[in-house]
Amino acid sequence: MLLALAATALVAIALLWETTAPRLVEAFERHRARRKLVVAPDYDPGRERRAEARARQLLKSCVNDEEWAMYRDLGLIRVWGTQSERPGQHDAAAGTPYAYLIYPHKPILAYLPQTGRLLNEYCVAFPDETRPYGSARLPDSDDVLAKWMALTGDERRLIGTANLHLPGRQLDPRQVRRDLWRLRQWERARTARPAARSETPPAAR
Amino acid sequence: MKFLRMKPGHGEVLIAEGDVEVREDEERLVEEFRQQLDAGMWAAVPLSGEGRRTAQLARSFAEVPRDAERVIFFPRAAGGR
Repeated sequence: MLLALAATALVAIALLWETTAPRLVEAFERHRARRKLVVAPDYDPGRERRAEARARQLLKSCVNDEEWAMYRDLGLIRVWGTQSERPGQHDAAAGTPYAYLIYPHKPILAYLPQTGRLLNEYCVAFPDETRPYGSARLPDSDDVLAKWMALTGDERRLIGTANLHLPGRQLDPRQVRRDLWRLRQWERARTARPAARSETPPAAR
Repeated sequence: MKFLRMKPGHGEVLIAEGDVEVREDEERLVEEFRQQLDAGMWAAVPLSGEGRRTAQLARSFAEVPRDAERVIFFPRAAGGR
């Protein structure tokens, strides 16, 4: 009986040692180096929301009305490709219109609007290594604006910088196809709206 | 002309402002522009116009249109995961 209790105690001590030893060693090392614990700044839950609100205003002031409405309603922006040969293609289909979908903090997706075929995912990030508020991540709308400016300003440079992947690596193709369907519906409704207004008799306005 | 810089956790920050027609202001803007690029930023000038809007990436202050109202600095693009 005593032997069994002693064996159990030994096993318990060994298991506890596995979990507590690293902390004890670290505490000892810290004490030896006379390091001080770095106190993290107080978390401000409103800061990210205020940052995002500012970023949305900046984005709105840079893109056109259609792109802003697209982002506001669908959470993405479509940018048409401008290269005569779309990235990575040197075949007879060169010259086919292509476009990109920009999502916040997700890869840029290239696709063919005529067929809906997904071409590539371009993984790109804009990390601010100065980490002014403890994070290197821009607000969502700033990330979208950075991609938009880089794509419309120098598409080849941005695409050359990004890591190229096949569709489906990070963005779910089913979700993207659904987004493309939503985009088509959204555009249809948007183009139908002025027509409906113009058909309305003046007396009914 | 205003220089804005995107910052995590904050949104954009006004980092410099001046009149490019005033020599002292222009020198200050040129210096700030160089510092931002040295710090790893890209500079873009949003171009407004009818219909489609675009941006122009500037690698030096000389590439910034003289009548630009603002230049936006944002962290240099890197290949993501």
